[in-house]
Amino acid sequence: MNQQAMTTPSLALPKLGYRSVSWLFLLIAAVALMLSDLAVSALNPWAEMRRLAAGLIRPDLFSIEMMSVVWTVAFAVLGVAIGASTGFLLALVFARLRAVRILCAFLRSVHELFWALLLIQIAGLSATTGILAVAIPYSGIFAKVFAEMIEEADLAVERVLPARTSIIARFAYARIPELAPQFWTYTLYRLECGMRSTLVLGFIGLPTIGFHLDSFFKQGHYREAAALLLAFYVLIGTRRLWARPSTVPILIIASVLVLPETVGGGSALANLTRFLTHDVIPTPLRDADLLAAATWQNLAAWLWPIITKQAAPGVIQTLVLSQVALVAMGVIALILFPFICRQFAGRLGRPLGRVALVVVRSTPEYMLVYVLLQLLGPSMLPAIIALSLHNGAIVGYLMGRHADVLEYRRDAPSGVNLYCYETVPRLYGQFLAYVLYRWEIILRESAIFGILGVATLGYYIDAAISEFRLDVAVVLILVTALLSMAVDAFSRGLRRRLRIDTMPTRLSEAPSEPAMGRLVGAERPA
Amino acid sequence: MPALVELRKASAGYAGRAVLHDINLTINAGERVAVMGRSGAGKSTLLNLLHARLADKVALIPQAAALVKTLSVFHNVYMGRLDRHSTWHNLRNLVWPASRDIAEVEDTLELVGLADKLFEQAGTLSGGQQQRASVARAFYNERAIVIGDEPVSALDRRQGADILGKLCARHDTAIFAMHDISLALAHADRVVVIEEGRIVLDAPSRTIAAVDLVPYYGG
Repeated sequence: MNQQAMTTPSLALPKLGYRSVSWLFLLIAAVALMLSDLAVSALNPWAEMRRLAAGLIRPDLFSIEMMSVVWTVAFAVLGVAIGASTGFLLALVFARLRAVRILCAFLRSVHELFWALLLIQIAGLSATTGILAVAIPYSGIFAKVFAEMIEEADLAVERVLPARTSIIARFAYARIPELAPQFWTYTLYRLECGMRSTLVLGFIGLPTIGFHLDSFFKQGHYREAAALLLAFYVLIGTRRLWARPSTVPILIIASVLVLPETVGGGSALANLTRFLTHDVIPTPLRDADLLAAATWQNLAAWLWPIITKQAAPGVIQTLVLSQVALVAMGVIALILFPFICRQFAGRLGRPLGRVALVVVRSTPEYMLVYVLLQLLGPSMLPAIIALSLHNGAIVGYLMGRHADVLEYRRDAPSGVNLYCYETVPRLYGQFLAYVLYRWEIILRESAIFGILGVATLGYYIDAAISEFRLDVAVVLILVTALLSMAVDAFSRGLRRRLRIDTMPTRLSEAPSEPAMGRLVGAERPA
Repeated sequence: MPALVELRKASAGYAGRAVLHDINLTINAGERVAVMGRSGAGKSTLLNLLHARLADKVALIPQAAALVKTLSVFHNVYMGRLDRHSTWHNLRNLVWPASRDIAEVEDTLELVGLADKLFEQAGTLSGGQQQRASVARAFYNERAIVIGDEPVSALDRRQGADILGKLCARHDTAIFAMHDISLALAHADRVVVIEEGRIVLDAPSRTIAAVDLVPYYGG
């Protein structure tokens, strides 16, 4: 070994390790925490919370607006189906075409709700809006995930095929059989996310569950809200029963048949034309002489206040919220995962822990923020609680699955000692992989919560749209997309530096328990 | 001599597949037993069975060094005594190790020649170094019995002899699974050979010559 290299102190930056990255994130979150507004301004949050809890335990099952549930599912089924199909086609060329990769990064960096806000301008409060708001960003996500699966696939079979096998035959024989089960698992899992998305679209006016939840919560009709939520949990909880590869054609056909009729809004084509040729064009450029210097000066004068007065503070608040929520999520995940782990929760506790975590993660975080804002009053606190709980439950669930397949040495300690000296240190790389992966997701959602009044980017976007200044909204949405792409790229780089970039990060690829491994000993009396 | 552990017609296996059959084995306090045999013969399973019976009295050296690779060597060795400190003390040692524990662990690492690696990440050590760290954890554990599953397989013969000597000196009773015939005869006072899950030879090592054992390893 090179003695010189070992003894000379290195002049380079200190080595980036799990520990230094963790401290860095904690430090940033601490600074962000000081910048954030966490006041509880509601006069009597406990009284309202008691009323909410009382309603939640006595759901009024007869009040369920069935069509809203049906439409929530139908929009999600069609949105995910279109997204998955488009994503599959894009995935085939994903690795080869940089333009496709950039397009997909852009599509998925804009949240479903922002797509919906834009689509409403074109297609009104219609099924088209509901479906496309899911399909567009999901096609970007599907393309990336499918492409990753294709890349990671086992190619052993492909090497056996005769040399002159055509590309299509090669794909059909060697790749599809290998990949189809993964594609199905991931797509059906995404349906769950799709239903959360379409539920939330109701909060901005589409006829899904969220629409009724919005009015129930506003009026304090908690028993009715509880019934709708219960219906939603049942849908999510039984997803594996009704959403299988064999039922998908039926689901798609049924979804098309039940779609609501479009109400008003005029011709979508005319709206689209107006939207693209007028609405989104920056005001100073509309009908202006593009060759005149004055036009571009006007554009700069128009853009400057948008950047300084809206985009900049919006970006700062979005980052403040997401950094605090990210660290809080990590802490919550580390606290929660033992509850679903064989080693810690035991045979009885584990199923209960699983149910609790699945309920928390199925609760749409947007709705959680909405409810908490009503209970606690306007501040960043509701958003931090909702983001960290929702994502903490997801990461905790995944960590629990990993912890269950860990093999400990026979003389390993137990309880807190096992947790601190074996489980967490051994899973820490995997933990960081999950946290860094969810960073971009948290950031996108932080931006969205602006619609509910937290002063993140979504706040300014929502304001611009309600003032009908779509050109401003588009600029701000682009800023949001750039920010989330930047965080994504940074997170990816960090994962590579930490050598955790090949660890699983998707919910659908968490390990399940091995069937064997326990030593069984027996002694017979002599 | 008092019997530490007695197996009578014992069998063991994994999920329905039997690995050991009809094992009769008594191990007395103070013995140094070498368990030998081809790989796959059932040595590890026998050690696991013995460990299960003696659990609390045993310092274990598992086959794969079984270190937590993200923690330092100090923490891995300190783990040998987690059960003898309060949980608070253990938690505190994770973040800010107590100087007394550092000194003790350092002394232990001195025995295996790893004192200079005290705060290096276990994952950065070579295979042989990891094995020595695993041995150091057993030393630090300070139990009367040591069970080692090929505890020196990654070391050269001289280092291996040194470590085995120290293990025998620091623990009253020692049970090792081993491959190296001359090392086994030099350090054990009893040799147990397993073939296809059965004990085929159990004799004091002074009555055995190296050539007697060769057939059990022959191709």
